[in-house]
Amino acid sequence: MNVPPALRYSDTHEWARLEGDGTVSVGITWHAQDRLGDLVYIEVPPLGKSFEKGQACAVVESVKAASDIYAPVSGQIEAVNAELASSPEKVNEDAYAAWMFRIRPSDPGQLGSLLSAADYEKLIVAEDH
Amino acid sequence: MSSDQLNRTVLYDEHRALGARLVDFGGWEMPLHYGSQLDEHHRVRNDAGMFDVSHMLVIDFSGVGAGRFLQTLLANDIARLKASGKALYSCLLNNDGGVLDDLIVYRFADEFFQMVVNAGTAQKDVSWISRQRDMIDAQVRIQPRRDLAIIAVQGPSAKARFWEARPSTRALTEPLEPFRAARVEADGHEITVASTGYTGEDGFEVMIPVEHAASLWRDLLAHAVAPCGLGARDTLRLEAGMNLYGQDMDESVTPFEAGLRWTVDLRTPRAFIGRDALAARPQRAQLVGLLLLDKGVLRSHQTVRTPHGDGIVTSGTFSPTLARSIALARVPIGVQPGHAVEVQIRDKWLAAKVVKYPFVRRGRPLIDLAV
Repeated sequence: MNVPPALRYSDTHEWARLEGDGTVSVGITWHAQDRLGDLVYIEVPPLGKSFEKGQACAVVESVKAASDIYAPVSGQIEAVNAELASSPEKVNEDAYAAWMFRIRPSDPGQLGSLLSAADYEKLIVAEDH
Repeated sequence: MSSDQLNRTVLYDEHRALGARLVDFGGWEMPLHYGSQLDEHHRVRNDAGMFDVSHMLVIDFSGVGAGRFLQTLLANDIARLKASGKALYSCLLNNDGGVLDDLIVYRFADEFFQMVVNAGTAQKDVSWISRQRDMIDAQVRIQPRRDLAIIAVQGPSAKARFWEARPSTRALTEPLEPFRAARVEADGHEITVASTGYTGEDGFEVMIPVEHAASLWRDLLAHAVAPCGLGARDTLRLEAGMNLYGQDMDESVTPFEAGLRWTVDLRTPRAFIGRDALAARPQRAQLVGLLLLDKGVLRSHQTVRTPHGDGIVTSGTFSPTLARSIALARVPIGVQPGHAVEVQIRDKWLAAKVVKYPFVRRGRPLIDLAV
């Protein structure tokens, strides 16, 4: 089960990591890329735009389907990973290294209300049945 | 639907052993991919890959009137099959000229033909064909062959690898031109090897008794043929401009509206089911190719806006060989290659160009990729 213990998770299969500068890096989990299949396009959110927790802010497209990515916390987009635009397969290769965007949270408490690795594991086990 | 209710081919355990992602395809539990459908696609274009297509159904037709019956049943004319082993691609039409299925028929003797139909339509086809047989010539024997598996080996190196795995078949199969088959002996049993495929690459499709299929599959694996799933099969066939029944056509459209006019043989006065309806029925649409100019992926059911009215994407995908999104679309008459259109993708209208298809041949683009 590929669920790194130090990360936080949303029930829409994003992972979140608090960085040293206070921003939160966000990507999709191993489980999410496994379900989507080979990714062919990634549309990252616009720099500087603000989103509410749970709001669709990015899109990934695999050969099979398009899927919205949801902001796991409210805040403003401070950085986006331009490398993923030309190499979306990096998400399939290493989902937790392939951060898609960094968001500066407007409410730092929200990170704590995301799922722990253990709770996310329970979620995906339940979903696959 | 629980997986207990899905059909499985004789190679199911092989797919599990290879770590396939299995999905429901028309009631069959089939491999979508074995890790990466993009890798599998490239393996077929560049080397050799294989597909378990045993969910499709082989049907034998035998008896004195078999040929005449098939001439009445099918829109293409099996009288064109003058030699043993020759095959053709045809639509099966209903009385309104609508497409019930697309299929391949092989002639092996005056009184023996084999047909291969799609998995999702097999039951419907057998039922329809049996009813027509009862009305037209009750002496014709129809035999569904669920005792046969089918493995498609495709790619520039496919034939070579197949011969490495089954050297005794080479003498009779090397001379096979496209759309020709030979029944040959391999390992003490008979197999049918056809120079056909659904990928636009060289290769064989092999019909083999189910009890020998796993052995062939494993021997091909041992000779570096990559297992490939339905995901790659779809991107390969779409690049090659080949229709998929249920997406690019169904009973509501005629072959003319599905880009398949070339499969309807009207050169003689031959009566066949649907002929009169086709003549009487105005053609309402045509199938064209689309190349997406913006970033994104064309998919089935997206609306296409043209200067001649709206159409619809029938099959869309990301083309791995072109690294662009392509589609087949049913659009109004009057739309031409080169025309600019827009496609509604999620909530935006994206720019696309009408192009001729096939999009790819022998691994090279046939279309101009300029934006």
